[in-house]
Amino acid sequence: MTGIVAVIDYGMGNLHSVASALEHVGASEVVVTHDADVIRQADRVVFPGVGGIRDCMSEIRRLKCDELLTQALTEQQVPVLAICVGLQALMSRSEENDGVDCLDTIPGEVRYFGKPLTDAEGSRLKVPHMGWNEVHQTMNHPLWAGIPDMTRFYFVHSYYAHAWDRSLLAGSVQYGVNADAALARDNLFAVQFHPEKSATAGLRLLKNFLEWNGQC
Amino acid sequence: MGLAKRIIPCLDVENGRVVKGVNFVDIRDAGDPVEIAMRYNEQGADELCFLDITASHEGRDTTVHTVEQIAEHVFIPLTVGGGIRAVDDIRTMLNAGADKVSINTAAIHNPELVRESAQRFGSQCIIVAIDAKRVDDVEGQPRWEIFTHGGRKPTGIDAVAWAVRMAELGAGEILLTSMDRDGTKNGFELGVTRAITDAVEIPVIASGGVGTLDHLVDGVIQGGADAVLAASIFHFGEYTVPQAKAYMAEHGIEVRQ
Repeated sequence: MTGIVAVIDYGMGNLHSVASALEHVGASEVVVTHDADVIRQADRVVFPGVGGIRDCMSEIRRLKCDELLTQALTEQQVPVLAICVGLQALMSRSEENDGVDCLDTIPGEVRYFGKPLTDAEGSRLKVPHMGWNEVHQTMNHPLWAGIPDMTRFYFVHSYYAHAWDRSLLAGSVQYGVNADAALARDNLFAVQFHPEKSATAGLRLLKNFLEWNGQC
Repeated sequence: MGLAKRIIPCLDVENGRVVKGVNFVDIRDAGDPVEIAMRYNEQGADELCFLDITASHEGRDTTVHTVEQIAEHVFIPLTVGGGIRAVDDIRTMLNAGADKVSINTAAIHNPELVRESAQRFGSQCIIVAIDAKRVDDVEGQPRWEIFTHGGRKPTGIDAVAWAVRMAELGAGEILLTSMDRDGTKNGFELGVTRAITDAVEIPVIASGGVGTLDHLVDGVIQGGADAVLAASIFHFGEYTVPQAKAYMAEHGIEVRQ
């Protein structure tokens, strides 16, 4: 039994693909919502996000999704998966949109990839970082089960997270800089890539999330 | 090792069926879009592109339904283009399950649409499609101009300058089609591909003219493209996506295998 999976909806884009990917890997009930009562009863919580951080943060705060998230993490202590801008929103602050204060759940910052961005050989790299890149697993974690190290996942972002506490790093990605691809702490797992768009590997990670008991 | 170059099979869809026009004219029926999308997904395609060439209003509802079905079965990024004219069209396609939309003619009529939609939905889901045709200047210097209406109507707009402007307005990616090459199987027009990839910071998808696997290699190595799009070589079973990737990898291109 996977129980009820609540996908937190703060109105910043289509969450259909996250929900349908979770259903595809066996979630018995997926609810896309910002209803506090529903999220309080959920067995797992997904915190996605797309779009600009300023608009995301203002909607997260307006709909009190920040409180719901804190509650899921510390009171309900259910497994929580943050995706893309969901991960960035957990950091202390972001450089995007002239600087935005974020939730500070994971102390750290979100930085622009930089212009011009180049790889180790000096070739120019495009921004956004868009496409399939290799994720180096820096931690043993139940969410990586059955996924080989350096498997490619689908990324699309112009800003990247850097957590201050490097012991929280679960996966990293090289794109001109060494960016945090996955962060983990207690019952929270956060990814910069899109598991719902990462074919077999992404679906495996989502399946692992449904089977996870929230312990590292 | 790092970011892989992407292979994007393209489905031209009319009234719910995948078709492929040669020079946008001669149309052959190639099958059910959901089945074809699932086949490419299983083959390891990096993304899918779905171009709606349906003219009628009723047909467009069919398109939304097809996008919904594909998004339920295929867990790789899906771009939808064709007939995207307003913010509402973009919202409809994103809600149906598209990850990105491609804006073509509407961007020419109203460039602000690109800015507005990038602000609203994020640059990551706004692709500007450019249909370019070579129109050398009087000294014979290469120049490419944007054409609309399937390559029949010149706009007077320089394709390279346009790509730069679209990136400034917030486009997250450029889908560049050479109207001289589309459907010819003679390979990408590498001149305009290189000119645009050098001119913009955002990724560029090369499209139009793929007939052999060497063309895909050329698009990346000579054209500098971040992704290559092809239709008929995959639809009619001449090559599979894994064959294309193996060939690109042999030529030193990083791909996802």
